[in-house]
Amino acid sequence: MNPGQYNFAYLDEQTKRMIRRALLKAVAIPGYQVPFGSREMPLPYGWGTGGIQVTASIIGKDDVLKVIDQGADDTTNAISIRRFFARTAGVRTTERTSQATIIQTRHRVPETPLRGDQILVYQVPIPEPLRWLEPREAETRKMHALAEYGAMHVRLYEDITRYGRVVTAYDYPVRVEGRYLMRPSPIPKFDNPKLHMNPALQLFGAGREKRIYAVPPWTRVESLDFEDHPFRVESWEERCALCGSDKSFLDEVLTDDKGGRMFVCSDTDYCAARRAGSAR
Amino acid sequence: MSEAARLDCADAVTALAEPPLLEVEGLGKSFGAVLACAGISFSLWPGEVLGVVGESGSGKTTLLNCLAGRLLPDEGLVRYRLADGRMVDLFALSEAERRRLARTEWGFVHQNPRDGLRLSVSAGGNIGERLMLVGARHYGNIRAAARDWLDKVEIDLARLDDRPARFSGGMQQRLQIARNLVSNPRLVLMDEPTGSLDVSVQARLLDLLRGLVAGLGLSAVVVTHDLSVARLLAHRLLVMRRGRVVESGLTDRVLDDPQHPYTQLLAASILQA
Repeated sequence: MNPGQYNFAYLDEQTKRMIRRALLKAVAIPGYQVPFGSREMPLPYGWGTGGIQVTASIIGKDDVLKVIDQGADDTTNAISIRRFFARTAGVRTTERTSQATIIQTRHRVPETPLRGDQILVYQVPIPEPLRWLEPREAETRKMHALAEYGAMHVRLYEDITRYGRVVTAYDYPVRVEGRYLMRPSPIPKFDNPKLHMNPALQLFGAGREKRIYAVPPWTRVESLDFEDHPFRVESWEERCALCGSDKSFLDEVLTDDKGGRMFVCSDTDYCAARRAGSAR
Repeated sequence: MSEAARLDCADAVTALAEPPLLEVEGLGKSFGAVLACAGISFSLWPGEVLGVVGESGSGKTTLLNCLAGRLLPDEGLVRYRLADGRMVDLFALSEAERRRLARTEWGFVHQNPRDGLRLSVSAGGNIGERLMLVGARHYGNIRAAARDWLDKVEIDLARLDDRPARFSGGMQQRLQIARNLVSNPRLVLMDEPTGSLDVSVQARLLDLLRGLVAGLGLSAVVVTHDLSVARLLAHRLLVMRRGRVVESGLTDRVLDDPQHPYTQLLAASILQA
């Protein structure tokens, strides 16, 4: 492929302007889903077409890009998207959270706290939090407009009734700035508190569903709960087998076919930095 | 006149002292060339149960849907007295306000309980939904209210966590009623509440409804094609035919001394036991 055949960051300038307009509106109305003219991208739906379009629209020559998939920098999806922008935009890429200016993510928020000069771009499969209870798009938009969100608690009620606690473990619904109900994308609920009052700008792109939404810096993001069943994140009895952290989100990894297993940080950069013994 | 009927009349008379809860004036609705209902006017007083009877296709359900704000009528006025005493034009309210009323001050019981229930959500969740819609956020309290209402509609408490998909038709209908009444509505609209049930289940449901309506002082509009349901539940009757009200009055008067030829036909068609 000759990179010269493509515009900077693949998308043409008109498309980027259209997406930026949607992004501006999304930032102006935190949590509100803005429709946009999603384009075909050279990767399949469900692999991050929404996130990649958002990244392409905001990335500049001086940006440093990090891409993670389930917290890891070295998975297929993360490597392909990172390489895609290295070739079409010629930008520097990194695996280090602290060095990145744009972080595109699937299913995790980095453990390292973000700063105000960073942007986190989420890949979103299904943007509509009300979809499970209302299949009609016209009706869900009306429910958003009128802030009729009470029925969302029926789902939590059902969880507690059946299992004694809320078992929804990922894509746990949140209320943004006390107004719009939002799906945080399929991040574990462990990461929900990180959305709250985060100094970084958080952008969400859903390519197939053609929606963009945003959580601006320092915005209230509250997870739904009951007074007598408050929101709780996952916890582990183990520590990371590699870096010894007891504060990060752990993946269970099978090591052999005899029942051997270990728990390790899902955030590879965080884990590697701790092992290197430096703050990086 | 039976003892019960005399009591009903007495209730209706004392209710007249208060201003009406609902006033309908010249309501009309057509679907294209098909006239569904026209020129319908009546008032509903607090604590009163109004029956709307007529053959199928006579516009009963269209009328009910207009009253519930689910359909926009072509002409006419529906005025409703809010809990704070203000009389408002239903269709001059914003949609937000109408929807708020629909989930707080009103209840709607569908003929088919599957239209009014969430079949994949437990009985308790179904009853609790309205409470959560208006902001209840305490699981224990919601559950206690659900248990209480399950008991009131005579469903075994052991079924609290079962899904209504596994309930019998009669239980589903009772669950739908509980789900509507849990938020203490002031006005309940019912569309053939006993429509799809067999006779013994109907009798039990009617008994329950009578008790609840009297006990809670509900106002209700009950649409039915079954005159015995109307006789048991309704204080007053509207008889509809081809979209128009052909006769109205106290239930016993209309059924025992029908004036309009169509009402006479209807009343005569009841099987005498």
